Amino acid sequence: MRSVWALAAVAALSVLTTSTTTLAAGPKQGGILRMYHRDSPANASIHEGATYSVNIPFMPVFNNLVIFKQDVAQNSMDSIVPELAESWAWVNDNKTLTFKLRQGVKWHDGKPFTSADVKCTFDMLMGKAQQKFRQNPRKAWYNEVNDITTNGDFEVSFNLKRPQPSLLALLASGYTPVYPCHVSPAEMRTHPIGTGPFKFVEFKANESIKLTRNPDYWREGRPYLDGIEFTIIPNRSTAILAFVAGKFDMTFPTEVTIPLVKDVKSQAPNAICEIAPTNVSTNIIVNSTAAPFDNADIRRAMALALDRKAFISILFEGQGDIGGTMLPPPNGLWGMPKEMLETIPGYGPDVKANRDEARKLMQKAGYGPDKHLAVKVSTRNIPVYRDPAVILIDQLKSIYIDGELDVVETANWFPKIARKDYMIGLNLTGNAVDDPDQSFYENYSCGSERNYTNYCNKEIEKLFDVQSQETNIDKRKKLVWEIDKKLQEDVARPIIFHSRMGTCWQPYVKGVTIMTNSSYNGYRYEDLWLDK
Amino acid sequence: MFAYLVRRLFLMLVTLFGISIVIFFLLRIVPGNIVDILFAAAGYVDPADKVNLEKELGIDQPLVVQYLHWIGGFLRGDFGYSYVSEKPALQEILPRIPITARLAGLALLFSASIGIPLGVISAVKQGTKLDYALRVFSLSGLSLPSFWLGLLILTASVAMFGQMPIFNPNPQTWLEAFATYAVPAAAVGFRSAALTMRITRSSMLEVLRQDYIRTARAKGASDAAVNYHHALKNAILPVITVIGIEAAFLIGGLIVTETVFNIPGVARFLVEAIRWRDYPIVQNLVMFIAIVVVFANFTVDMLYAVFDPRIRFTD
Repeated sequence: MRSVWALAAVAALSVLTTSTTTLAAGPKQGGILRMYHRDSPANASIHEGATYSVNIPFMPVFNNLVIFKQDVAQNSMDSIVPELAESWAWVNDNKTLTFKLRQGVKWHDGKPFTSADVKCTFDMLMGKAQQKFRQNPRKAWYNEVNDITTNGDFEVSFNLKRPQPSLLALLASGYTPVYPCHVSPAEMRTHPIGTGPFKFVEFKANESIKLTRNPDYWREGRPYLDGIEFTIIPNRSTAILAFVAGKFDMTFPTEVTIPLVKDVKSQAPNAICEIAPTNVSTNIIVNSTAAPFDNADIRRAMALALDRKAFISILFEGQGDIGGTMLPPPNGLWGMPKEMLETIPGYGPDVKANRDEARKLMQKAGYGPDKHLAVKVSTRNIPVYRDPAVILIDQLKSIYIDGELDVVETANWFPKIARKDYMIGLNLTGNAVDDPDQSFYENYSCGSERNYTNYCNKEIEKLFDVQSQETNIDKRKKLVWEIDKKLQEDVARPIIFHSRMGTCWQPYVKGVTIMTNSSYNGYRYEDLWLDK
Repeated sequence: MFAYLVRRLFLMLVTLFGISIVIFFLLRIVPGNIVDILFAAAGYVDPADKVNLEKELGIDQPLVVQYLHWIGGFLRGDFGYSYVSEKPALQEILPRIPITARLAGLALLFSASIGIPLGVISAVKQGTKLDYALRVFSLSGLSLPSFWLGLLILTASVAMFGQMPIFNPNPQTWLEAFATYAVPAAAVGFRSAALTMRITRSSMLEVLRQDYIRTARAKGASDAAVNYHHALKNAILPVITVIGIEAAFLIGGLIVTETVFNIPGVARFLVEAIRWRDYPIVQNLVMFIAIVVVFANFTVDMLYAVFDPRIRFTD
C-alpha cells in the first residue's frame, strides 16, 4: 500500500514538474529554420508569380496592408487583421476603403514606408503606373477599383466603382504584399526589398534561398527566428529522406502526399504531420466550341459518368473533398452543403444510376456499345495532372467514350488551351483566397484570361455582380450556392475533387499553423520558433 | 606531326562551328519558349505582355539574327544573361563547373582505379571463382541504373545510420569535402568501373594469348612483370578510348546523380535550363561541354602515341 502511495506521489510530482515546465517555456528567440523547397521559382517577385513556390519563401520578406491572422487555420473576413495598416474603414456607401497606415515602418534598405508605396504597388497591379510588371497575373482582382488616393503620408483610400466587400480578403492574401516605390520591378525579381520580418539574403537558382532576421521589424519581439534557409530539392524522395534524417526542420508546406505522410510517420514517428485541404480543385475543361462537346447531352453525360469517390480513394486514400467550384465545408466557407450538392446531376451517391442516365444521353447523341466516341484527353505532363486523367479515361469508358491520353509539356499547355486545340482536358485550379469573387470572375466570367473554356453566361455574370456587392454574409452565401450549382449543371468546368496534402515538421518547431482553405496565405513565419 | 596537329585543330574548329548550329537550331525546334513557360506557370496568357516580353528578351528576332548575336557574343566572351534569373550567364555557370568537374573527376578516378585492376585480375584468373565473382560484379554495375543505386544508398544510409550523404555546400574539412563527393561519385562511377573492367579484361585476355607474352614467360619474367609491364601496357589502348568516351557520357549520368543527391552542379542546372528554355544558359553550357568533349577526344588521340610507341602521327 505504501508503494502505491509513493508511486502516486511520484506521478503527481512529475505531472506538476511537466506542467510547470510547459508554463515557463515561452517562445524562444534564435535558430535558423531549415526547410526544403520543391522547385526553383522563376524569380522572387510575388506579384509576378502565380505559384506558392514564390509565396512560401518570399512572403516572410513582406507585409500587406492587412493579412489573414497567421495562427488561425481558416481564412475568413473575421480573421483579417491589420499589418501595414493600423485600421481600415468602409465609407462612401461601401465604395471607398480607407486605411490608416502604420508610422515608423522602414523598408529593408532603410527608407521609410509611406502611402506612396501603397499607391505605387496597386497602380502597378492595375496597370496604371509607368513601371510595369513583366507579368501581372492578378490584375483582374482590382477590376472594380477606380483609383487609389493618398491623404498625407499615412492614409490611403481604394475608390471602387461599386461596393466589393471581398476586396479586403484579396488584400489579405499572401499574394498582395506592398512593394517599395523606389525599387524597380526588375530588382524585385532578383533582390526583393520588403518591410517584413525577414530580409532577403540570396537566391541561388536550383540551390537555395536564404532570409535573415530583420532586426528593425516594426513588430516588437518578432520574428523569433534568426533566419530561414530553403534548400531547393526537386526530387521528392531525396527531400523526404532528408527530412526523415533530420536535415530539415520542416517539409515544403502542403506538398507531402498522403502515402508519403504515412512513410514519414513510420520512419520518423516523432514528426508532426498535418493533412489539410489545399483549395486546389481538379477539374475537366471542355471545348464546347467544337464537335463532339458542342452537344450539351454529351457534356452532361460526361459529368454524370464521374465517380468522384473513386478518384479520391485511388489518389488520396480517401482523404479528399467532393464539392463544386467553392471549397466544400467545413474547411471551405462558401461551398454548397452536402444535401444541395447531391441534387446536382452526377453528384448523387448512386454511381450506377448516374451512368445509366449518362448512357441514355450518349445513345440519344448517336453513340452506344457498337459505336464509341473517340476523344483525346489532354493534360499537362505532371503527375498531379496525369494520374487523375488516366482515371478519367477509365471512367469515361463506361459511357462509350474511348479516351486517349494526350500529355502536353507545360510550355505548350496554355498556348494549346488558348488555341482551343483540345477536346477535353484535365486541369487544376488553385484558389488563393477562399472567396467567390476570386474564383467566379477569374474562372467563369466572359472574357477572363483564365476562363479557359470561354464559358459565358450573361445571366450568371449578373449574379456574380449581385453576390459580389452583397454585404450580408448569409445572403451572399445562398447566392453563391445557387451560382455554383448552376455552374455545375451547365458543365462549365466539372469539378472532380478538391485535394488534400500533408505538411510535416519536427516536434521542436513551434507555432506552425497550416491554413485549411488556402495554400497561399500562411507563410509570414514571424510567430514560428524553435524549441531547441 | 605539326601538320597533323594543325589539321586536327582546324577540324576541331569546324566541328565546333557545326555543333553551335545544331545546338542553336535544335533548341528552337523544341516547342515553346521561356515566355510560354512563364505564362504557363502564371496560368494565363496576356498577348500584349507576351509580345513585350519576347521583345525584351530578343526572341522576336529572326533566327539567323539571334544566332549571329549569340555566336558573336560567345566569341567575344559575352555570354548574355539568363532569361530566368536575369543574372549574367557566366555568373550562373562558372560556380557550378568546379562542382561537376570534381564529381566527374572523382567518378572517373573511381572508374579507373577500380575497373582496371579488377579487369586485370579477372583476366589473369580467368575461369576461377574470383573471375566469376568479378564478372557478376561488373554485370551488376552495367545493369543497375545510377538513380536507383543513388536512391538505394540514400535510403540505406537513413535507415541504417539515421544520416544522409546529401550535398554540403560548406564543408569544414578536406575529409568532409571528400565525403560530400565520394558517395555520389561512387554511385555514378560504378557503371563506368564495370565497363572499364570488362574492356580491360577482354583486352588483357587477347594480349595474354600473344606470342611475345609466351616469350616473356619463357625468358623467366615474373607474373607481375608479364601482366603489368608487358600485357597491360599493350592492352590499355582500348581502355583509354573507353574512359575518354565515358568522360563525355558521364554528363548524362551526372544529371541523375546530381538530382538524387541534390548537388548543385552543371548537369542538373542544364536540365532546369532546358525545362525553362533558358537559351543563353543552355547554348553556352552545351557549347562548353562540346568543347570539353572535342578536346578530350583530341587528347585521347594524342595519348595513343604516348602509350603505344608503334603509333606515330604523320602527314
